[in-house]
Amino acid sequence: MNIRLPWILSFILAISMTLGCQRSGAGMTVAGSTSVEPFAELLAEEYMSNHPDVHIYVQGGGSTAGIEAAISGAANIGMSSRNLIDAEKKLHAVTIAKDAIAVIVHPSNPIKDLPLDRISEVFSGKIVNWKELGGPDHPIDIVTREEGSGTRESFQKFVMGKEDISLGALVQDSNGAVRQVISSDPNAIGYISLGLVNDQVKALSISGVQPNLANVNNSTYTLVRPFLFVFREEPAEEAKSFLDFVLSPLGQKLLLKEGLVPVVEKLG
Amino acid sequence: MQLQEKIIEKILLLIAFSSIFILALITFFIFEEGIPLILKAGPKAFLLGEKWIPSKGLFGIFPMIVSSFWVTFGALLLGIPLGLACTIFLSELIPPSVGALFRPAIQLLAAIPSVIYGFWGLIVLVPLIRTHLGGPGLSILAGSLVLGFMILPTIITISEDALKALPPSYKAGALALGATHWQTIWRVLIPAARSGIVASVILGMGRAIGETMAMIMILGNAVKMPTSFLDSARTLTTNIGIEMGYASGDHRHALFATGIVLFFIIMALNTLAIFLSRRRAR
Repeated sequence: MNIRLPWILSFILAISMTLGCQRSGAGMTVAGSTSVEPFAELLAEEYMSNHPDVHIYVQGGGSTAGIEAAISGAANIGMSSRNLIDAEKKLHAVTIAKDAIAVIVHPSNPIKDLPLDRISEVFSGKIVNWKELGGPDHPIDIVTREEGSGTRESFQKFVMGKEDISLGALVQDSNGAVRQVISSDPNAIGYISLGLVNDQVKALSISGVQPNLANVNNSTYTLVRPFLFVFREEPAEEAKSFLDFVLSPLGQKLLLKEGLVPVVEKLG
Repeated sequence: MQLQEKIIEKILLLIAFSSIFILALITFFIFEEGIPLILKAGPKAFLLGEKWIPSKGLFGIFPMIVSSFWVTFGALLLGIPLGLACTIFLSELIPPSVGALFRPAIQLLAAIPSVIYGFWGLIVLVPLIRTHLGGPGLSILAGSLVLGFMILPTIITISEDALKALPPSYKAGALALGATHWQTIWRVLIPAARSGIVASVILGMGRAIGETMAMIMILGNAVKMPTSFLDSARTLTTNIGIEMGYASGDHRHALFATGIVLFFIIMALNTLAIFLSRRRAR
């Protein structure tokens, strides 16, 4: 028994290594923005069901991490939910869809609509009580994303402008975590991807414009940012094939169904 | 046989050294990545600055240092009395057979992944605090409560060892002199095991300061200086944990620099704990 155990262990090791090799043979890694991640997972699943020989690994990590992974070659495709900065311009970026950012509150909150400047005043800490906005007499709990997040960066650009988001704001590190906090806190306000809004939270309309696909398409709803796939070089082979699928009517329809705004005009 | 033994000895030595080497490598890397930023921002502005706005080049981690110690202090307020009571109960007040039942249960506390503690805190404690005490609920209070439970296994296991290591004559002598069981525990055993118990508390403190996952979930991670137990806060560890995904350039270096500060705090605590338990051994 004492002699046999190491042999059995090395046998198991050998088997598992072989299995590992088989799968990574036709593997491709897509990494980056946690905003894009759930959609990329869906696309990958659909793509893999038609290409059983390919395995796509989708990982989060954030826009910057995804872009860096694409630069270093650690990932075949980087996902970004923000535009590339100058230093990153040498990469090939393809917009796969557009995403609107929704300002969300607890469903029980009586407030349904706010203009942009009021939202900015709330997030910068100038307005601290719902009473000042015509709501109940309660302090506002601001929920924001962490520094460096693509969603935060877009929100900063679209809503805050030169103002800073209050340092007293609660910080959560994913869309899901923001939604979780807001769905359980009646006094909270935050922002997430429109595609991830569900009935646990309520999306505010902005100066009377509802955050929905129609309003994003006709450009009346303005909090819209691109979702990018970035490549170190001109995409080829596997990566190219996957990108083609994402931009195909089938892939774009899938994204549309999940609440994103397609970039391809005709969906067949 | 001799030769074989020598070879095995060398292999073991090599393995032991490789783990130390890796530790040295990690340390070197953290310092290499972090030090330049501390120098660039200025040690004083970094350690005592109150504003953390990486996008504007402001890297002040003072609120996080304060929060780390505040949350830990709160955890000790809960953990020390509970842990000490549990230790006394386990080692002195119940028969060994019952203790054998309780001990694994307490060790199980250490085996629960911290994300579970965090989830429990988020779903159970946070709404309770929000409804009954006010504030956002995601707060130092919630963090301290959860951490208080998380450090129990550390405190209990080590301080029980300290009690067990006492010569049996201490207890026998005290009882023979007519002291009651409780007097023996409180006046003789606990003071005699003091340094071991203090060491257990310090190690628990190290555990508390280093905890990340559960704290990300329940502290709320606001970067301003906390002013009450109901305020949201960000500790040194959660600062790294929450921002590493998107950080690049100076921002990333600032997170490593945060790690350096954490490194020194943990080193100081562990050295103190080792020093105290050595003193006990003497």
